[in-house]
Amino acid sequence: MAKVPVQFTLNGAEKAEFIDSGTTLLHALRDKIGDTSPKGGCHQGTCGACSVIIDGELRLSCLTLAEACNGATIITTSGLSERGVLHPLQRAFLDAFATQCGFCTPGMIMAAKVLLDHTPNPSREDVVEALSGNICRCTGYEPIIQAVLTAARSNSQNAA
Amino acid sequence: MALALHTFPTVKDAGAALKAGGTRYIGGGTLVVRAVNEGDVSISGFVRSADPALSVIRISGGTVRIGASVTMAAIARHADLAPLAHAARAVGGPAIRNMASVGGNLFAPTPYGDFTVALLALDATVSTDDGELPIETFLAKRESNHAIVTAVGFTLPKEGGFRFLKVSRVKPKGVSVLSIATVLEQAPDGTVSSARIALGCMADRPIRASAAEKALIGRKLTADGIAPALAVARDGTSPPTDPIASAWYRNEVLPVHLGRLLLA
Repeated sequence: MAKVPVQFTLNGAEKAEFIDSGTTLLHALRDKIGDTSPKGGCHQGTCGACSVIIDGELRLSCLTLAEACNGATIITTSGLSERGVLHPLQRAFLDAFATQCGFCTPGMIMAAKVLLDHTPNPSREDVVEALSGNICRCTGYEPIIQAVLTAARSNSQNAA
Repeated sequence: MALALHTFPTVKDAGAALKAGGTRYIGGGTLVVRAVNEGDVSISGFVRSADPALSVIRISGGTVRIGASVTMAAIARHADLAPLAHAARAVGGPAIRNMASVGGNLFAPTPYGDFTVALLALDATVSTDDGELPIETFLAKRESNHAIVTAVGFTLPKEGGFRFLKVSRVKPKGVSVLSIATVLEQAPDGTVSSARIALGCMADRPIRASAAEKALIGRKLTADGIAPALAVARDGTSPPTDPIASAWYRNEVLPVHLGRLLLA
């Protein structure tokens, strides 16, 4: 099958690849570009492990065609740290032991980042709702919720 | 397996391309890409239209027209569609709602398609590139429909006239045990003058609870008033048994949840 070009901005860097038509964004990111932070869990839109941010919105890369992302700005968890300094969400997840096997963590952090980008001081209910499309089979969710709330407080203190 | 994606500027062109065997229209991808990921080898290509009219919400004089590509998230945050926000938020988690479209929801198989239950209660009209259909007619033959859905239209219900309930085991997001939407009008004395009740997960697609609707007419929304409607709520249902709930369970809890919704 003929290859098709795709071009988008990934974590601030321009990316251009030739891919098979119909390739999912998850496959393009992991197997063509080498960003393995989005995980392939269910491939059914149920687990949220493949969550990325496309043009400011949380999306599932396993159900998104890479061709549909031409010209888009994409953020993945691998693009959050700056010069080796973890993003406040990443730091909070580690400190709260909110990551165990770690498979769901990138998706959780993407969902949490979108929440904090729009709602800097979320309630617990806001956090639960924001993470409602992401499944974790290790933590029981409570450490994750606390980590997001901690990151929000950390952001507020830094902004003050 | 790689699949070709063909994007066309107009719905008409996309419709022509859909005549090729194995092609499926793709909106947000939450149904057709999922099907491919699941191993559906009958799909050999995707077709879509980039017509901007498909992504427009137009509200004029109480009449609503929602383009087929409008997402659940866009409906949920639209101030003038606040009565429907609850139903739009019932679909998936935040990422799914940013992708799932109104047009796609019309084709979502049980136990999905919660927003279509709301549209059925609202007596929506489904517009396609081949004309307009009442939603009940559309749903009855949606599998054989080869036209592209372009929009849904309906009249905004009076304040408080629309009610929606999704029952799921997992909170806040979970697949439906069942969902119920009602559009009720009441006379000045409080009796129900018209009723449309739509049920999700009580058949292989959203259906009306016609017997319950008739039984509500002339009755007040009290425990005694709604009792005849609850007694016939299961008439005409044929719920599935799936990993979420058995058919028996769905039939048992339907009157309970319908009662709660009517008395809310």
